[in-house]
Amino acid sequence: MSVSLLVAVGVLFAAGTVLLLERTLTRVLLGVMLLGNGANLLVLAASRAGAPPIVGVADPERMTDPLPQAMILTAIVITLGMTAFLLALAYRSWLLTGHDEVQDDAEDRRVRELADRDEGSDAEALEAPR
Amino acid sequence: MTWLVPLPVVMPLLGAAATLLMFRRPRVQRAISVSVLTATLVVSAALLVLAAGGPLVVAVGGWPAPLGIVLVADQLATLMLVVSSAVTLCVLLYSIGQGGADGDEEHPLSVYHPTYLILTAGVTNAFLSGDLFNLYVGFEILLAASYVLITLGGTETRIRAGTTYVVVSLLSSVIFLAGIGLIYAATGTLNMAQLVERLDALPDGVRLVLQGMLLLAFGIKAAIFPLSAWLPDSYPTAPAPVTAVFAGLLTKVGVYAIIRTETLLFPGGRVADLLMVAALSTMVVGILGAVAQSDIKRLLSFTLVSHIGYLLFGVGLASRAGLSAAVFYTLHHIVVQTTLLLVAGLVERRGGSTALDRLGGLARTAPVLAVLFLLPALNLAGIPPFSGFLGKLGLIQAGAGEGSALAWLLVAGSAVTSLLTLYALARVWNLAFWRTPATDPAAAPLRSSRLMVTSTAVLVVAGMLFTVAAGPLYALTDTVAADLLARSPYVRAVLP
Repeated sequence: MSVSLLVAVGVLFAAGTVLLLERTLTRVLLGVMLLGNGANLLVLAASRAGAPPIVGVADPERMTDPLPQAMILTAIVITLGMTAFLLALAYRSWLLTGHDEVQDDAEDRRVRELADRDEGSDAEALEAPR
Repeated sequence: MTWLVPLPVVMPLLGAAATLLMFRRPRVQRAISVSVLTATLVVSAALLVLAAGGPLVVAVGGWPAPLGIVLVADQLATLMLVVSSAVTLCVLLYSIGQGGADGDEEHPLSVYHPTYLILTAGVTNAFLSGDLFNLYVGFEILLAASYVLITLGGTETRIRAGTTYVVVSLLSSVIFLAGIGLIYAATGTLNMAQLVERLDALPDGVRLVLQGMLLLAFGIKAAIFPLSAWLPDSYPTAPAPVTAVFAGLLTKVGVYAIIRTETLLFPGGRVADLLMVAALSTMVVGILGAVAQSDIKRLLSFTLVSHIGYLLFGVGLASRAGLSAAVFYTLHHIVVQTTLLLVAGLVERRGGSTALDRLGGLARTAPVLAVLFLLPALNLAGIPPFSGFLGKLGLIQAGAGEGSALAWLLVAGSAVTSLLTLYALARVWNLAFWRTPATDPAAAPLRSSRLMVTSTAVLVVAGMLFTVAAGPLYALTDTVAADLLARSPYVRAVLP
């Protein structure tokens, strides 16, 4: 396991986490991509390095472990799909609102305002003229 | 009979392909989906009967374990399969009924049926998986489908809610994948049966890190406090049947993964105290959130979070009685939570809204709806003799049997949560059903088709059946718990 790979994983995770905490969806998307690549590198770092895993070309004892590479391929495909979906979400959000910032939930705000005014949701409901 | 094992995964996937090809013909789509899910239910029931004689194992692709990927149908997995496929079938019928009532029978969203079937395939794959990476793939299948379903139609509120959901789920997937990478680095395998031996041989500190990574990933998916804030924000805006199936199944897949990994891979209760504290705070914080809400769907999302705490309580106890009650409660909660959200969908159509301050007098104007709400509500709150009471009783007995101070604290917490659940649901009952109806009726009610009401009623009755069949079911979950704790039946079945 090589230290440089692990350092690269650390940098990718750190940068990805910072971007994930942003409010703009495009930055979140970049964060998700960095995190995904970091995880892929981590899986790669988990495998034994060596000769190409092709029977007849290399001695089986010295072959690299092919299983993590197969898993990374699967993970890459999944990340690709998710990236496409997030891009579509960001575009849709831009079409509808003109920006791609993730807003607070409206109902959350309402419950919080009621609490600030020290009124339960019941009180409000029951006082409404019926 | 092991050839039956892959069918619950394969059939919905093939069905999804078929319904996708038939996107111009909604009638054919509906026929395919219903028959596929009915077949899945039948196969799951058959598997449950067969699994009584020991776990059924299939090496997919012909490579024997631990080289190939295995699907393992033991009693826990098949129990979850039966309940989840019954619930998905009922919700599918409800959504078909909704399409019929809205008159969009000829022009429904053509992606709904394929996506719904893929969601089912992801859920069944996660239940049957005997390999950590395949479990990850199962999660990704169901999550990818759920992303599409939660943003269905692409309205502004759904995009906003969907964004939160997608980003949080992606984060949990990355953590899960990193955990898998670390486990592979430490042990050189991902087959769960083989991991049993190899993880036991690892130093304690390494094991704790690996366990923490998996718990974190599954904790987000299962919505355990403090990882639960995304759920009440994102679920309520989706269409009623989608919210119902998400609330019933998706968090429970996370709980199932926790039960499986905590008992099989990391036994010994090293994080038992952590799990118990998380269980207590999930219960209490969740139900206090529910009490503050004034919208039925959001209120039910908070009770969902709160009751995940009960399931975690049983896992944290890690005793036979605790696990048995946790499995029982999981099965009961899948059905009851789904039912209540379907009823909330019916209420929304009848009263034009799910906001409590706009509803009123439904008990008089819609008596059937009132009965459909009242029974599962009492069941969820844990009124005797319903199964919600029996599940909570089992957990409380197991907690009292454990006898530690923390266990007693959780027993008290469970009782308080149960009472507050009753209070929250009684508020819904008083405001939406009981008080005098508004003089100015809101917008004209949308018609609910007979199919919608029938499928909800079937689920209500299914919830009652848990009460009637509680004795045999508890006996079954007791053997499940014994097998989980023994670990050897699973390992011997996979690696003979």
